[in-house]
Amino acid sequence: MDNAISISGLHKSFGRTKALDGLDLSVATGEVHGFLGPNGSGKSTTVRVLLGLLRADKGTVNLLGGDPWHDAASLHRRLAYVPGDVSLWPNLSGGEVIDLLGRLRGGLDTKRRQELIERFDLDPKKKGRTYSKGNRQKVAIVAALASNVELLIMDEPTAGLDPLMEATFQYAISEEREKGRTVLLSSHILAEVEALCDRVSIIRNGRTVETGTLADLRHLTRTTISAELAGHPNGLSRLEHVHDLKIEGNHVRFDVETSALDEALRQLSSIGVRSLTSQPPTLEELFLRHYTDTSDSKAASAS
Amino acid sequence: MTTSTLDRAVSPTPGVGTKGNLLAGTGQLVRLALRRDRIVLPLWVLVIGVMAAAGAGAYETLYPTQAERAALTATMGSNPSLTLLYGPAFDLSTAGGFTAWRYGTLLPLFLALACIFTVTRHTRQEEDTGRQELLSSTVVGRYAPLTAAVITAGIGALATGLLMVVTLAGAGLPAAGSVAFGLGTALVGLVFVGVATIAVQLGEYSRTANGIASAVLGATFLFRAVGDSATDISWLSWLSPIGWGTQVRAYADERWWVLVLLAGAALLLGTIGYRLLPRRDVGLSLIPARPGPAEASPGLNSVLALSWRLHRGALIGWLIGFAVMGALYGSLTAGIGDLLGDSAQAEQMIQRMGGSESIERAFIAATAGITAMIASLYAVQATLRMRAEEVGIRVEPLLATRVSRLGWAASHLTFVLLGTALIQTTAGLFMGLLHGLRVNDVGEQLPSVLGASVAQLPAIWVVAGAAVVIFGFLPKAATTAWAVAALFLLISMFGPAVGASQAVLNVSPFQHVPKLPSADFTATPLVWLTVVALALLGAGLARFRTRDIG
Repeated sequence: MDNAISISGLHKSFGRTKALDGLDLSVATGEVHGFLGPNGSGKSTTVRVLLGLLRADKGTVNLLGGDPWHDAASLHRRLAYVPGDVSLWPNLSGGEVIDLLGRLRGGLDTKRRQELIERFDLDPKKKGRTYSKGNRQKVAIVAALASNVELLIMDEPTAGLDPLMEATFQYAISEEREKGRTVLLSSHILAEVEALCDRVSIIRNGRTVETGTLADLRHLTRTTISAELAGHPNGLSRLEHVHDLKIEGNHVRFDVETSALDEALRQLSSIGVRSLTSQPPTLEELFLRHYTDTSDSKAASAS
Repeated sequence: MTTSTLDRAVSPTPGVGTKGNLLAGTGQLVRLALRRDRIVLPLWVLVIGVMAAAGAGAYETLYPTQAERAALTATMGSNPSLTLLYGPAFDLSTAGGFTAWRYGTLLPLFLALACIFTVTRHTRQEEDTGRQELLSSTVVGRYAPLTAAVITAGIGALATGLLMVVTLAGAGLPAAGSVAFGLGTALVGLVFVGVATIAVQLGEYSRTANGIASAVLGATFLFRAVGDSATDISWLSWLSPIGWGTQVRAYADERWWVLVLLAGAALLLGTIGYRLLPRRDVGLSLIPARPGPAEASPGLNSVLALSWRLHRGALIGWLIGFAVMGALYGSLTAGIGDLLGDSAQAEQMIQRMGGSESIERAFIAATAGITAMIASLYAVQATLRMRAEEVGIRVEPLLATRVSRLGWAASHLTFVLLGTALIQTTAGLFMGLLHGLRVNDVGEQLPSVLGASVAQLPAIWVVAGAAVVIFGFLPKAATTAWAVAALFLLISMFGPAVGASQAVLNVSPFQHVPKLPSADFTATPLVWLTVVALALLGAGLARFRTRDIG
């Protein structure tokens, strides 16, 4: 498959602080890729390496078929970037910033610019600091979406947007996907990730801990089973991937990993099932499990 | 130790500031400010505080005999080109009187600058960055941030004055004069703390506030310079707080009542600042911002065009300042010789100044050097703009476009290199023109004065190169570029007076420029200065190209 971004074994330290510790990431051309992880896990550092603003200590980074450090300026014609924290020049209006950034990227679609300004309800005449955080963010979003590029790199672009604008943003990104553009979207908003992303990568402590489609990730998590059985539940505690088993008379409740679901159900039906409810993991649970510390997950797997 | 200071600064202490809601939290804010300035504030207190005493020590060695001191009074003391810079000389026959004259205008000038920057840094700049909002949401009274900034700058000014008193008295100078000099200098600092409290209410950004206050400072220095040099308009000096500082007449039968004038001005200006404060919102100014265009003009299509937008305000300000300065110096040049008379000692003195048969030419050479040293401060300011853009995370979106790092840096350095050339040439042009008009010889004088100014450019660019090296290699310590520029300035301005060795003097690039038009033109040092400047620029840029941004 053709990758717009492929990173492997990326290391980056700032003095004694290890920001990236062997990070891997691959983003296929044409997909919207969610880039998730707790605060300080290294998302922004990765993005800044991709933009050639930071030099990697170790590892290989390929961006649109080039090296982001050496070919920065020529690669940047083909991408647009929305920073997580947008700072504008105090004496330039928002409209001027949009035009300037667009022209520096090699031109922007003036019709699309106008359309986006209306859609995002942005006043382009205001200057630098008179914009609120959300409106500064909109300036950067409009500038990026109005330019004609293959790849959009967005670092928490919707932090500070109201729910209405968040919906506008999601609609705009789905339009970009239809046009065949690749998007790397770092975000904490799960609904946004669920609605937009084809695949996600979750990083923690500068390392990729999970990558795949949301369906893939769901497979890796546990289902909660609650059942009323015909007899006393036997043999369930012997099963390897069953956790938090609770037995009250003939009633049983446990969590089971997707890989062992089949076996657990067979064990239940061998006793006889009167009623059964199963609960797939919510997206929140899925992420919380990946976001919490390694020590927790070790403890969980040990129990 | 430092961590504990920080903890104390931000932890809420019940009971502090309960006296009035409007000042609540001032104590913590002062400690926070002192913690943030823990290196820079002691540094300027120390440098400005001990400089005068260091100079006083050299007096005995340089002018040991009574005859030499009499000669000094006759030559230097009555030389208007020197009073322009140092103020009127009241008594050059004692070490104290000499010190008060030599340092009586420049040390207050530096202290005033330090006070202005300190007040702005802890008020406007905090609002610019949004940090003030965070602090204001805690138990912090409306007047607390300004009060904390005033107290912090005040501590610095008074500490500087105290250090002056102690070191001057310690160097064996009369106690009364030392107190007058130290207190006078500290009070000039406090007057400009007052000016800054007004400026931060007027300007919407810290840069604007610094600009307003510095312009006031520059104007008062000019008033004093003109008033002190020209006897018929000496009342001009009395419009200037820096002039009052010299009129205290430290070590020359002190006039204590002038100190009351300074204290009163500080109080009055501060009161105006406090009165203006409640008339505006946090983060906004008394002069409201106007809306801008909805679309960029076609010209705004490159980083160079952006840099022009970012630099033009400051550059135009400097340009006006240099035009005024040049015109002023030019109009004074012709009168210099007449005022000096024709004493034998005067001639000897002029020859020692590295000049020639003509005091006018020596004056032209000296002022070309002075404008160049001031222009080098613009070079530092404009170079550090790059760092401000980097820290302000405004450079990243630009470098994420097809703009290369060198292209971006070049767009700023264009204004550093051409900007210094422009202001220095302007100063030379106005000086030559005004001088030429006065002596009815524009055709002869203009090129000669202009040449003297332009010859200084390679030395200015060496300072710019040093700033670029620091920006490239030590971005986190970028402000030390100011220290480098200040060091060169101090060496060239005070080095000869304190009898510094040639090796020390040679450190300053301004030392190597031929003193045109009195000396002969020699290209060699200028070529070398240009080579050094280019090497520094190249090294700094090469490092910037490969270092991390941010």
